[in-house]
Amino acid sequence: MSDCRRQWNREDELPVYLAKPSTGPNQHRKSHGMFSSVEGAYDSKTIDFDQYAVGRKGNRSSRSSSRERIVDGDFEEYEISGGSILGSRGERDHGRPGAEVTDQAGKECRYDEQNNGKTERLLIKGGRVVNDDQSLYADIYVEDGLIKQVGENLIVPGGVKVIEANGCMVIPGGIDVNTCLLKPYLGSPPVDDFYQGTKAALAGGTTMIIDHVTPQPGDSLLEAFEKWQEAADKKSCCDYSLHVDIPHWHEGVKEELEQLVQDKGINSFQVYMAYKGFFQMSDSQLYESFSFLKELGAVVLVHAENGDLIAQEQSKILGMGITGPEGHPLSRPEELEAEAVFRAITLGNQVNCPVYITKVMSKSAAETVANARKKGSVVFGEPITASLATDGSHYWSKNWAKAAAFVTSPPLSPDQTTPDHLNSLLACGDLQVVGSGHCAYSTSQKAIGKDNFTLIPEGTNGVEERMGFVWDKSVAMGKMDENQFVAVTSTNAAKIFNLYPRKGRIAVGSDADIVIWDPAKIKTITAKTQQSALDYNIFEGMECRGGPVYVVSQGRIVFEEGKLQVQQGTGRFISRKPFPDIAYQRIQFRNKLMTKQGVSRGMYDGPVYDVPATPKYITPSPSAKTSPTTHQPPPIRNLHQSNFSLSGSQTDDNIPRRSGHRIVAPPGGRSNITNLG
Amino acid sequence: MILFWNTGVAPPAGVNDTRHPAGHEGGARQRQSSPVCATTNIRKEQNKDICINRERIMSYQGKKNIPKITSERLLIKGGRIVNDDQSFYADIYMEDGVIKQIGDNLIVPGGVKTVEANGKMVIPGGIDIHTHLQMPFRGTTTVDDFSQGTKAALAGGTTMIVDHVIPEPGASLVEAFERWREWADEKTCCDYSLHVDITHWSDSTKLEVESLIKEKGVNSFQVYMAYKDLYQMSNSELYEIFTFLGEHGGIAQVHAENGEIIAEEQTRMLEMGITGPEGHVLSRPEELEAEAVFRAVTIASQTNCPLYVTRVMSKSAADIISQARKKGNVVFGEPITASLGTDGTHYWSKNWAKAASFVTSPPLSPDPTTPDYLNTLLSSGDLSVTGSAHCTFTVAQKAIGKDDFTQIPEGVNGVEERMSVIWDKAVVTGKMDENMFVAVTSTNAAKILNLYPRKGRIAVGSDSDLVIWDTDAIRTITAKTHHSAAEYNVLEGMELRGAPLLVICQGKIVLEDGNLHATSGTGRFIPCTPFPDFAYKRVKARKQMATLKAVPRGMYDGPVSEFTAMSRGGTPSASTRSSPTKAPLRNLHQSGFTLSGPEEAPIRPAGRRIVVPPGGRSNITSLS
Repeated sequence: MSDCRRQWNREDELPVYLAKPSTGPNQHRKSHGMFSSVEGAYDSKTIDFDQYAVGRKGNRSSRSSSRERIVDGDFEEYEISGGSILGSRGERDHGRPGAEVTDQAGKECRYDEQNNGKTERLLIKGGRVVNDDQSLYADIYVEDGLIKQVGENLIVPGGVKVIEANGCMVIPGGIDVNTCLLKPYLGSPPVDDFYQGTKAALAGGTTMIIDHVTPQPGDSLLEAFEKWQEAADKKSCCDYSLHVDIPHWHEGVKEELEQLVQDKGINSFQVYMAYKGFFQMSDSQLYESFSFLKELGAVVLVHAENGDLIAQEQSKILGMGITGPEGHPLSRPEELEAEAVFRAITLGNQVNCPVYITKVMSKSAAETVANARKKGSVVFGEPITASLATDGSHYWSKNWAKAAAFVTSPPLSPDQTTPDHLNSLLACGDLQVVGSGHCAYSTSQKAIGKDNFTLIPEGTNGVEERMGFVWDKSVAMGKMDENQFVAVTSTNAAKIFNLYPRKGRIAVGSDADIVIWDPAKIKTITAKTQQSALDYNIFEGMECRGGPVYVVSQGRIVFEEGKLQVQQGTGRFISRKPFPDIAYQRIQFRNKLMTKQGVSRGMYDGPVYDVPATPKYITPSPSAKTSPTTHQPPPIRNLHQSNFSLSGSQTDDNIPRRSGHRIVAPPGGRSNITNLG
Repeated sequence: MILFWNTGVAPPAGVNDTRHPAGHEGGARQRQSSPVCATTNIRKEQNKDICINRERIMSYQGKKNIPKITSERLLIKGGRIVNDDQSFYADIYMEDGVIKQIGDNLIVPGGVKTVEANGKMVIPGGIDIHTHLQMPFRGTTTVDDFSQGTKAALAGGTTMIVDHVIPEPGASLVEAFERWREWADEKTCCDYSLHVDITHWSDSTKLEVESLIKEKGVNSFQVYMAYKDLYQMSNSELYEIFTFLGEHGGIAQVHAENGEIIAEEQTRMLEMGITGPEGHVLSRPEELEAEAVFRAVTIASQTNCPLYVTRVMSKSAADIISQARKKGNVVFGEPITASLGTDGTHYWSKNWAKAASFVTSPPLSPDPTTPDYLNTLLSSGDLSVTGSAHCTFTVAQKAIGKDDFTQIPEGVNGVEERMSVIWDKAVVTGKMDENMFVAVTSTNAAKILNLYPRKGRIAVGSDSDLVIWDTDAIRTITAKTHHSAAEYNVLEGMELRGAPLLVICQGKIVLEDGNLHATSGTGRFIPCTPFPDFAYKRVKARKQMATLKAVPRGMYDGPVSEFTAMSRGGTPSASTRSSPTKAPLRNLHQSGFTLSGPEEAPIRPAGRRIVVPPGGRSNITSLS
């Protein structure tokens, strides 16, 4: 059975559309021509794992199409019988250069065994290794979850499992920098928890996620962090790290932040410019938090929207009787996003702190980031799956549930040219990383806001579709090359968050998070076949070129040809050090340049208009025009004029002078100070 | 007082000479020979070509007995009238302060005073849309009061000013307005109008703004995005103010700087030991100006209100305005004399008094290419009007902040130099033509204030505020000869080409031959009406377009998650408006739903599909 399979992967042909649902193992036969499977291929887009399970060892109860039951399993024991197995046959129906697994020893090996013994050894042969800087043909030898050797003619121990890549692209596993798998809405968590979410991630070729810890205002950041870490340790199937959101700024937070950076391995924190009266920070608080985080060497993530204006617009729009999801984009026009991005960048420049804009959703926001980069600001922009692949016209859908599914903040732009534009900027490097913003609330959760769009919990799916759509919209459209693809899906994220080169690169010593990518795989996105537990997929019905064939996470094959084999709790927390080079190297040089110096002048000792001590000017800048008229009686001025000969002894002489100011001018030397010429 | 210019058939040779390039050199040489000349005392020597036939005037005055000032009649002959749209040769006859006739071979009453313009430019008098005269500051006032300031204005060819009323935060706007009116009526030498600054926002302020618009003749209001804890408005307040002004036809002027960051930067500078005037510019980098302009543009476009950015001081702020205009926003930018004429390098002057005299907000940009850039944008129409932000303090007043730059009173001079600076920097350099010159110095301002065509144009029926502009005059700016009372002039030593030769205000000649004949108290308050077409035509049209509509859908009647309303603020979006009182309502609804559904646990685990009752409810819940 297995021997004959290998042969069909030889011919160099383009793939058929999507998988023909295989009705049994015997269907994976060469007898099907390239186009023969198209007929009826769309009857069901569900990849039925049970089809493959039948007749294999480790007999499990047959699984009908219910996805949910699969989900329930703690660990899915899909197994690979000896020799080679290519799952979901239809996808590479007829011999194409495809990848396949062989066990050199010809033994059958069960995955559950390998999970116990950590010493899984893997050889990926004949692949084209694509990093962000170059592509080359090489074999990769993996042991203990690390890449041990990269090169040709590797000397490897016997009994190693071999994946024949047959010239397929071998890329570093994707890193999804923005997920919310535990962010509660009114107390209830999203339907995709760390298990569901990471499973979906792996199925899409993403081998690491960075999730947002979202404490409520008043909560301890540390406690929230530990809660998240606990949940993720228990459930995550791939490596993960965490961002911590700062719900509000006060002195006490500083200590926690310091601890998080120094002891807990967190180097990125999110602040909010939206959600007035809740998460939103004022400009002063932003300034302070930026200054503080910069000292710690952390990356500041910014949710950039002008919350004040949104609040105004929301009440205006509710007042107009618009309560449906279309009120969401109407009350959050993209200008408000662009404005906040601009302000965040200004703050970042002022403080000399790197700024990372999460969820770039609109053209104007992206332009603002691009312009700032041209001017030299250290700023990073992160579009998400949804903004790269779809637009906001669906908010006007007559189907409430569909419209609500798109609700996220900032909203998807109703401008239909937005995805294309964002992909262009991503391709040219003006935007750097792609997240998913995956935050999955079910329709019934979304329906909390059925009478008021401001109550709709925000979040879209995208963790599984992320890499596929970047490929489809950028690479397959000719905007981007494969190296840039690796950069935006993985390497840049690893660099910004200081994981590089452990993650984000295929090199000796890096983690064995590897994806074998099939550029020609075509998949139709639908909620029926997705890994996520959501009942709706915002990309429903879209075709997506490009997808993973094999996913290797921590040195184990977790996904092959449509089949997932994951285990809860195998994901490790990856701690990250502060001061990532890509962000902070420039900052540190600029710090040295930016020391400002006062002008050393003689003391001004001319006449000074006497300001009667008015009650406290609280403000640091009472400067210009304080109190018109009423306050003080003017005549004191003349009195003062006569005092002026006391040569500089002023009422505020008790204030200590700052160094760098010459206080005493030598006799005769003062005159030029008051000289008006 | 009454003049008669030489009516020689052909202009005297000397006059012609001044238009030749050689004339410049001659002028310059003469300047050197008589350095103490007053600023407006321009080229007295040269102008002696134009003789004044006083005898004939005397005789005229002797014969008839009408030297009633209000009914002064004046004929300007042979001038080239320059409006913002065209230039043409014509005579102008004016009576009672209004232009009565324009054309050739006018039939005018006998014995009218005649000014021979000899082909020189006759332009509408300048409108300085931004001044702070007699502005109270900590118990004192700026040194140029309404008399001194308007004299300086007239000396520079500006025949109307628009001053800012700055009420104390909390004080009544109307009262402050009345107080300014009183001061101005008493002293101004030229027509004036007033902007009112909104220094705090409340419902009572709303009423006051409304009455100012409807009854008092104010159509422009300034708000501040800087001066934290004093004048600064939050974004929400800005939104409300802009919305209000947009509905009532007012122009929203903004002082655009990010006050919060400035406050932080100021503290930092002072901590670093920087206390001199250079701290002013260091703590207010131009980015903060650009940021605030960007924000103001966003809010204005959101509220569909015309925006006017006062004091555009930096390249980046001007860029933002010009980009916004390209995107179709209704926004006007106002560079000021100082930003068009000089830069902020002087903040580092060793002379404290000099450095302090440049202190204004937003500060002058230390980038020396800024003036040139702003002039270019002004010429291309991206910036619309010019003001002076004339706000002068003595050195002693500035010295309040000698140990702390944040205490230095802010303001620079410029009302007198404004028109010449633009002529010299923009027209002479070939960036701008004379029509555009008229537009940015006068016409656009008149349009924004809704005073057009009464002001800002030479046309029949317009006020007779005219300037005969001498394109070749060269003068050197110096505090010794300027008409302001300030001891410093930020343009000190600058040689400027172009100056008024003769200024007519309200039909009277107030400047001739370098001599001012202004009378305090003759200035009238000119009320401005709301909804100026220049700004509001587009806004009105957009209002009709911008009505938002809801999507008509059936009621969503699918499953709704349980949620505990008590965990308030559970979500970002709920925060703004989920009040605890709403909770019961929602719970009621919840229970209603579960009744209809099959028995199920009251709290469903997330992630489970909820079964829809047989028959389905409607397409609303269908998920495909």
